[in-house]
Amino acid sequence: MINRRILWMAVVVIVMQLTAGLWMPAGSWLTGGLSEVWAQEKPLAFTGAEIVPVSGDPIADGVLIVQNGKILAVGAAGEVDIPRDAEVRDASGYVIMPGLVDSHSHIGQGDGGDRSSALHPDVRIMDTIRPDSDTFKKAIAGGITTVNVMPGSGHLMSGQTVYLKLRPANTIEDMLLYVDEEQTIYGGLKMANGTNSLRNPPFPGTRGKSAAMVRSLYIKAQEYQKALEAGAEDPSKMPKRDLQMETLVEVLEGKRIVHNHTHRHDDILTSIRLAEEFGYRMVLHHVSEAAYVAEEIAESGFPASIIVIDSPGGKHEAVNLKFEMGPALEKAGALVGYHTDDGITDSRLFLRSAAFGVRAGMSRKTAIEAVTIANAKMMDLGDRVGTLEPGKDADFILLNGDPLSTYTHVTETWIEGNKVFDRNNEEQLPFATGGPDVFRGTGYGHHDHDHGRAQ
Amino acid sequence: MKKKWRSSLTVSVLTAISVLFLALSFGQEHLTAQSIAVEAGVLHTGVSEPIENGVVLIEDGVITAVGSASDISIGDQFERLKAAVVTPGFIDAHSTVGLSGIYNVDADQDQLETSSAIQPELRAIDAYNAREELVGYLRDLGITTVHTGHGPGAVISGQTMIVKTGGGDTIQEVLMDSVTALAMTMGSAVRSNFDKPGTRSKAVAMLRQALIDAQDYASKEDKKRDLGKEALQALLEGEITALVTAHTVSDITTALRLQKEFGFPMMLDGASEAYLLIDEIREAGVPVIIHPSMIRTYGDAQSASFTTAGVLAEAGIPVVFQSGYEAYVPKTRVVHFEAAIAVANGLSHDQAIRSLTIDAAKLLGIDDKVGSVEIGKDADLALFDGDPFEYITNTTAVIINGEVVYRAE
Repeated sequence: MINRRILWMAVVVIVMQLTAGLWMPAGSWLTGGLSEVWAQEKPLAFTGAEIVPVSGDPIADGVLIVQNGKILAVGAAGEVDIPRDAEVRDASGYVIMPGLVDSHSHIGQGDGGDRSSALHPDVRIMDTIRPDSDTFKKAIAGGITTVNVMPGSGHLMSGQTVYLKLRPANTIEDMLLYVDEEQTIYGGLKMANGTNSLRNPPFPGTRGKSAAMVRSLYIKAQEYQKALEAGAEDPSKMPKRDLQMETLVEVLEGKRIVHNHTHRHDDILTSIRLAEEFGYRMVLHHVSEAAYVAEEIAESGFPASIIVIDSPGGKHEAVNLKFEMGPALEKAGALVGYHTDDGITDSRLFLRSAAFGVRAGMSRKTAIEAVTIANAKMMDLGDRVGTLEPGKDADFILLNGDPLSTYTHVTETWIEGNKVFDRNNEEQLPFATGGPDVFRGTGYGHHDHDHGRAQ
Repeated sequence: MKKKWRSSLTVSVLTAISVLFLALSFGQEHLTAQSIAVEAGVLHTGVSEPIENGVVLIEDGVITAVGSASDISIGDQFERLKAAVVTPGFIDAHSTVGLSGIYNVDADQDQLETSSAIQPELRAIDAYNAREELVGYLRDLGITTVHTGHGPGAVISGQTMIVKTGGGDTIQEVLMDSVTALAMTMGSAVRSNFDKPGTRSKAVAMLRQALIDAQDYASKEDKKRDLGKEALQALLEGEITALVTAHTVSDITTALRLQKEFGFPMMLDGASEAYLLIDEIREAGVPVIIHPSMIRTYGDAQSASFTTAGVLAEAGIPVVFQSGYEAYVPKTRVVHFEAAIAVANGLSHDQAIRSLTIDAAKLLGIDDKVGSVEIGKDADLALFDGDPFEYITNTTAVIINGEVVYRAE
């Protein structure tokens, strides 16, 4: 997934930020517009908490220091120097862990897939999202700080996904998370196979047709890619701009990751077959029958972003979806993450999915990684979020107990050094519990509920 | 999954053969003559404080002793089962499983008939698939009794019934109560399923007219049999109950208004905004089968709260849990998963256990048989390797009528 170049870049970025933090003015290197204004300049130190850095073992009596929206230091009490000018916050009795990273969600009230065609690589979900949506408040109440918002579903390609940091923002631009140095890529491409996109023309009617349609479009993109190369040599050969082709070229160049909805074991294998044919990077999503092909998934190197549903079924290709899928992928050695698919599962209960993995036999370590760093890696954001390490974004949550216990609540959510949710604030508590008109207009039109019967 | 199906089929066939053999050779009445001693780290009886190091003895399908390990001696004839936590088998106070199936295709969805909005004559027993995979799924998690049948979505969608989730492969073998309630819905769901009614107020007018017609029918001596009116007559005479799904303040108050007008017994179902009508609901003396804690917060249920079960219990309103009806995924919810969220948000642990067991049994009128660990009751137990409400806890065994119907590998 993560190639050497990106890893190396991550190291450079971290080192640069570490040194920069020492002398540069506050927030000067932050990309987010709003966060520049409100990130604190004085260091803030949390002491006394159990810290789950994810990058290493839990620290029983830990210290976390953040400044200017970044993590300055993490370690055991006594081993970390707390700067003299730091504001110190006693967090005894709490657990501090990285802000949660959700690799597949439909929050933000964006539009669903467009029914005019089965293939929309040109469509951007970011053009339709409401930054002030209640669904974002719901997610931060659940401890989610970074999210991959997906368009669709019901299409072979429903459009471009968007990676968001859930900062309070007035414009979507203030929430974007860029993953490339040119600051042009801030999302992946949502694809799907299996029954998800089967319907009347222009949609495919069978699995074989689905694969053929996708392959034909990628072959066209390969030709466009060649034309672009020729155009670079000789401007008279430059092809006309084509938004669909441009996106797919980004996919072919490995800049944009494909997020592929897939359930049945043979559909999983088809996803892998196509990705390998065209050499694109891919994350498998849902992967309901993962246990049947766990070895093949691990061998392919493609990560799996999976879901926990309280019972199997609801549609034909999910009748074998069990809590055991996560542990099976772990055992096989695949990179595994959980996602909410919100509104399918509730962002407020994201940690519950990790706990259900443990229930079925997953290690606690992998389960915690599966809602943090594993998902960050699946979006090329592993160098910025997903663990508590110096130089990374100061995105973290406070919990009043074991992160995997039913009885534990997220008490505070911090993004880039700013508190964005506080359970002890009476006005914010309802975003964690619900109540009169707390969530308005948050229906989820993204999933094709024609699959089920109307209630 | 298919494999499991075949093996359970084989087991049932073998069981049937051995039962037949036993019946022929001994002519005994109790054929599941398995003696089991359940040893619990913590035993929740549903009717007492939890017992540490508790023991339950099971003979001939019923509970014959309950108490502390120090007070009960376990004879050699007993098979011993140990678990960290033991509870009465959980009761799902409102579901559609067995009528709604795992595949979610026309062939396995019988919870809602859309040919007409008022059909009280539809019997649940005529549509229940005792071999439905989702029923087995719930059973293996510790749910031993389900109030199921016609679902929400019509003014009156039909009848409900009570079954056990194991102890038989046919409706006859698992049936506890053939007609429990008439499933009614107040709210926006109805108009999306029918051309008539097109509004909430028309739905209420249609329902009142149907009840008035049934009153008229009941008063007549000479009459042609009418299945629908017979069912409504049973409701008006208090033999069965109205299970009224209503979420918003206006829909809940309408339900209470109708109940007052016609005087039928009623269970309020869903009740997302019940926290705004505490006094009214308490005054009406109506119990609440609260919406699944994790119900999606949109449509009529947009104001649902994780805290409602706790708030209602605190106010003295009887509250029990349901899996409800799901049109998509999860195709069924799991009652103790839902109760767990309520416990994390203000409901007491003890009350949650009671709500899932004895309180649900009382509400459904089956507390003479199930709902608690007491001498003489059906031996329906759920065994866990920890607190049943913790996410990471697994069900280790399930017993129905004294028979071990699930055992973790």
